Parts: sequence; C-alpha cells; structure tokens
Amino acid sequence: MTSFYDEMVDGDGRTRPHYAAFGEWLARTAPQRMAQKRREAEVAFHRVGITFAVYGEKSGTERLIPFDLVPRIVPADEWRTLEAGLVQRVRALNLFLHDVYHAQRILETGIVPRELVLYNEQYRPQMRGVDPPGGIYAHVAGIDVVRAGIGDYYVLEDNLRVPSGVSYMLENRKMMMRLAPEMFAEVPVAPVEHYPDLLLQNLRSVAPAGIENPTVAVLTPGIHNSAYYEHAFLAQQMGVELVEGPDLLVLNDTVYMRTTRGLSRVHVIYRRLDDDFLDPNAFRADSMLGVPGLFAAYRAGRVTLANAVGTGVADDKSVYPYVPDLIRHYLSEEPILNNVPTWRLRDPDDLKYALEHLDELVVKEVHGAGGYGMLIGPAATRAEIESFRERILAAPAKYIAQPTLALSTCPTFVNAGLAPRHVDLRPYVLSGKDVRVVPGGLTRVALPEGSLVVNSSQGGGTKDTWVLER
Amino acid sequence: MLCRTAADLYWLSRHMERVDNTARLIDLAHRIALLPERPSPGLDNPSPWGRALDALGRAEDYALRHGALTPARVQQYLILDADNPSSIYAAVHAARESGRAQRGAITSEMYEELNSTWLRVRDLDFDQLSSDGLSQFLDWVKRRAGAFRGVTLGTMGRGEANEFLKLGTFLERADSGVRLLDVNFSDPRFGQRAEERSAVEYYQMSALLQSLSAFETFRRVYRDVLTPARVAELVILNQDLPRSLARCSAAIRDAVMSLATSRRSETARLSGIMAAEIAYGRIEDVLAEGLPSYLARFLDRLYKLADAIRDEFLLNTDVVTE
Repeated sequence: MTSFYDEMVDGDGRTRPHYAAFGEWLARTAPQRMAQKRREAEVAFHRVGITFAVYGEKSGTERLIPFDLVPRIVPADEWRTLEAGLVQRVRALNLFLHDVYHAQRILETGIVPRELVLYNEQYRPQMRGVDPPGGIYAHVAGIDVVRAGIGDYYVLEDNLRVPSGVSYMLENRKMMMRLAPEMFAEVPVAPVEHYPDLLLQNLRSVAPAGIENPTVAVLTPGIHNSAYYEHAFLAQQMGVELVEGPDLLVLNDTVYMRTTRGLSRVHVIYRRLDDDFLDPNAFRADSMLGVPGLFAAYRAGRVTLANAVGTGVADDKSVYPYVPDLIRHYLSEEPILNNVPTWRLRDPDDLKYALEHLDELVVKEVHGAGGYGMLIGPAATRAEIESFRERILAAPAKYIAQPTLALSTCPTFVNAGLAPRHVDLRPYVLSGKDVRVVPGGLTRVALPEGSLVVNSSQGGGTKDTWVLER
Repeated sequence: MLCRTAADLYWLSRHMERVDNTARLIDLAHRIALLPERPSPGLDNPSPWGRALDALGRAEDYALRHGALTPARVQQYLILDADNPSSIYAAVHAARESGRAQRGAITSEMYEELNSTWLRVRDLDFDQLSSDGLSQFLDWVKRRAGAFRGVTLGTMGRGEANEFLKLGTFLERADSGVRLLDVNFSDPRFGQRAEERSAVEYYQMSALLQSLSAFETFRRVYRDVLTPARVAELVILNQDLPRSLARCSAAIRDAVMSLATSRRSETARLSGIMAAEIAYGRIEDVLAEGLPSYLARFLDRLYKLADAIRDEFLLNTDVVTE
C-alpha cells in the first residue's frame, strides 16, 4: 500500500515543526481529559443545533457532523502560496464568466470548446449582456484543495454557486478556543472570526451603483434546506434579515422585503438558493421558493445577486480541466496551484484509457456535487465497476476521470485512539472591490479507515483549520 | 422586522397562551362537573363539557367527529386531538414550529423551553394521563406555560419582537377570558334567583375564580361573599388582576401603541377605544346590558382588532420611503 503524506508526522515518524506545540499539548493531556473534551464538543454542538439534513435518507434525518479535536495546521509559507493561487484562480474564473456572458472571445480562440459552454446545462443564456457591479460573478467561492503525493497542493474542485460550510469554519474555531484555550496563547493562529464582517463589506461593495447605504439580505430556501443553520447563522452574524422567497416582492423592477413598517427596499441579496429556483418567471416555473420578477429586477441593475446567476458554467467539472489555460489566457500568468490531471471522457482517446483503467481511477459526473454519483475505482467491487461502465458508455460526455489521489492524512480521534485519516481543505474566497481569502477554511476528514470521501453527506467529519501567522 | 418574523412571534405567544388557557378551561369544566347535580326542573341542563366545547366554538366539530359527549372523550379532544386547533397538543406543536422557524429572533432558552414541552406532549398517552390524574397533568401544563413566560421575561430583549410576543399573549388571553366567562354564565340556571344564591352558583363562581387564579385576589379586593356581580366586575373590569379583560385590553393597547407608526392608525384607534371603554366601565352598566351581549360585543372588538393587526403589521404593503 502507498504511504501517504501526513500533515503532522514526517516519513521518519517525527512531528513536523509546525505541529510541535500541538503535539506536546496532545502528549501532556491525559486520555480521560481528552475524552471528556470530545464529549463536551458533541454536547455543545447538539445544543446549539448545528445539524444538517441528509438527502436520500429516511424522514429528513438531522445529523451532527462529527468534529475532531486535532486541527489541520497550515504553515505560514504554504498559506502564502495557497492564498496567491486561490486569488489568481478566482480572478480568472470571474473574468471567464464575464467573457462567456458578453463577447465570448474565449470560444473564438478555441481554448474552451464552444459546445462545452453553450450546451452546458449550467449556461444561462438569459445572462448574456447583464452587467453585474464590478464585473463580479462569484462573490463567494469555496475552492476544494487537497494535498497529495509527496505533499503538493492540488485544486480538486471549484464551487462558485452556493458553496456552504463556512459556518463550520467559524463554529469549529469557537469550539477549539473553548477546549484548548492555552494553545491559542502559544501558537500564532490567524483569526477567522471576522469572516461575517468581511462578507458583509464584500456584499455592500457590489451594491447597484449610486446606493449610499445598501441593505443586504440573505435569501434561504427555508428551514428544510440542509444548510438552513448556516443561512440563519450568517444572517445573524452580519446583522441582516434572513428572508424566504415569499418575504420578497418586486414592484417596478425594485425588490422589497415585507416588514412590519411596510415594504423596505433590498439592494443586495446573498442568495443561498440555486439559479433554477430564483424566479418562476425566468427559470423553473414550478418554483415555490423564488420571487416572481427577481431576475428582471436583476437584469435592470436594481438589485445585486450574490453569487450571480449562471456561475455554474465555470465550476462545472467539464470546464475544470481548462482552468489552468483560462488563467494563462486572462491573466498572462502561470497557474500557481496545480489542477488534478483529468481525462475528459467526451474525448474518445481519454474514454478508451479510462475504460481500461476503471479500477484505478476516480470517475465523476460533470454536473454532480456533494459526492453523489461517483466511482472510486480502487474501493469499488467488480460489480460496481461494471455497472458504472454501462452508465459511462450510455453518456460518456457526462463524465470525467482522475487518478485516485493519495490524499494527505491528519491524525484523527477514532474509537481505537489517534489514527491517520484523509483530509481536504475548503478555503473561502471573497470577491468584490478586491479579492480576499480568510486565513483558514473548512477541513473535512473521511472518518472510515482508508476512505477518500470527505463529504459530510457520506460520513465525513470536520476539523478546525489553523493557518499560522509566522 | 420582517412580517413573517412578526407573524411567527405573534402566533408563537398566542399558541403558548392558548396552551395555558385550554388547560384552565378543562380545569374549570372539570371542577364544575365534580359539583353535585341539582337539575332545575323545566330548564335545559347542559353538561359543563358541552359548554366548554361551545365556548371554544368546537361543539359542531366535536359532534361531527366524536358524536356523544362523554367526559373522557371531550378531555381527549381538548388535550390530544391534533386536528383541534384549540387542543393542548396542537397549540404546543404550533408554538414550537413558530419558535423553530424564528430561532434567531427568540433566545435559546425560550426555544429550549418550547422544545422540551413539545417533546413531552408529543409522547403523551391519554390512558396514562388519565390514570396519573387529570389535575396533575393540567398543573404541569400551567407550570410549563408559566416557565415559558418567565424565560421570555427574563431573557428576551425589549424591542419590537417582544411587543409582538406581548400582543399575541394578551389577545389570546382576552379571547379565552371571554370564553371562560361564557362557560360559567351560559348556564341557564345561573342568576335565576339572584337574591337567594344557590350552592351550585356559588361553586361555579368559585371554580371560575380558581381557574383564573383569581380566588385570592377576590378575597383581597372584596373581603366579602361571592356574588355574580362582584365576580363579573373582578374578571372584566379590575385593573390589577393579570387575567382580567381590563388588564388584557390595557396591555394590548400598550403593545400596539409602541408598534404603531402613527397614533391615528386603525390598530391604535381600535385598541384605544377597547381599553378606554373597559377602563371607564361600570359593572352596573355591564349587567344592565346583560353579560352575554356585553361579552359578544367585546369578542367582536377583539376580532376586528386582530384583523387590523394582520393588515397593518403582518401584511403591510405600503412602500417605506428611503
């Protein structure tokens, strides 16, 4: 079996320097005390009610995402590279989106195949010619990063629609400060608590032109959405209203919320609702969650939607392989962060290769999200591989394949004690007047031994993420 | 504040107050039912359970779904029937759902109160409840409602949200106050011989005062024997009794005045008139008009006010100028 890069321990079993202080804390804290802290964390998360609903399970199960006490620590110099790479990537993706919904020069150059964009389910022709303030489309991006092989970072996936999870970044930090306060005096951990302030500033900076004191609201699909807790949390932390579709009303291309004092204008909507459901007049007519007329108001520049409509065309897995070329094209820079090598199964040669190597590849649906509908070759049974082969052959263009990455591990508490488990990292990138990354992110950990799937819907847990300031 | 938030808070406190008052109504009917029967010849002698259903406006629904009146079946209907919006079960559930939708607008202590009450009510079993004793259960319900009021008072900020909570509480309390009075004074035997009060009358009035937690207050205020006029005066016009119609009307007016954008608004006008009429009312005039007519008029005012509150605060569509 391959040996994995471990975040805390090097190949010779020595604790890496940036984990030294935490390693000592672990060693000097008695196991009973540690178990007590783990129970305390669980009780606290339950009481606050940070749960999420799992789709496809019976009776709208609410589940707690397990929290692990060992943080993922990122050294200062690595973070500087990551941060620069993330900013670069998101800037290029925003420029790509602007181009796709305006002149479409990128399609003229042939850098990205025309049909890949124009026939993409996530492409919104209604967005052609719409000018969002500042030319920003993905105001909030969650970029999934993994470390593989000998320790290089790779971007696994861009999330430019309604990335979630940032509430866990904040709650996990709060929990660590409660359970190990002495560590924060010893280790220079960069703060993340100001994220809601940055988000609010960012949203206000993209208000329609000429608005002095814009009103921001968070739009949620409602209490049954899996991320409702996060929507309520962010609205409360920013001090803005949490609205549902029926709370909003559009009159003369102006969006209002219904308040006890009357109709009050809204200028920026941080929407946590997919494009399809935003406006029954413009998109899915059967949407009960949206606001009739919202898209017309948006097109008229009377309200800003964050994220913009149609960002899905840039985070689609079929476009992912082209992102390094987009960076070169729009910014004339070399990409700082690696892409994972990807076979596009729409291409016959790539398809042939993939079908011959299914047992060693990861195959993903290009429009899939959340770890649903993917094949992990090395972990799959013969029968699973064969049934997936048929699905691929039925519609090869719907799939991409990637080598199974040897994701890095991080020590994690399991029943038997501390054991290495695979982790990824989702930092959040805010784009408005400028592009900013909060020094931290959501670290997800695959809890079953050997598992590479970190999605919370598939039994993943989370850790606090410590970016060191020096 | 969003209309939806205001509406949820208003209904949250209405439903919690309803929980308390339904328990008080059952308590009243239960106390009256325990009195020795002395049927008056030539008069209709409806059971207190029938009058309780009448007072809630649920007699027809009950007859349709359950038929004959039996004490146990009416109790079950008033406590556990999920399809009866006045039942304790339905009201606790509705309050908890409003609270869950507005967790950000109420305090976590308030939500924990709601949630733990709901978890207990959800698992209630009528047979168990009957064998443990009805009174014990009703006491528990009243204690839970009291705990919720206390936690609200002790943890909730004094802003707009709190005014909507108060509005819901006192509107519902006034509404059920009328219904409790109705259970009592709708007995056709009542007041037949005002001069020589019967034992039945005495016990009915004392049951009413007990269900309103007003017996001690009666003794303190009057230091005299129970008469229908005194009981009516206390329960309708007294400004000190926290469950009197006068106290409720004043609290409703205060909440409306702090919410209304203008003193000339319809809610301000209606709540002002209602509170003033009671504040300056005299029991002689009430009795001269006749209690049933007086209470019907009061209830009508409450309904009109509730409609105005809905139009002015919960569905307001005037554009706020920037």
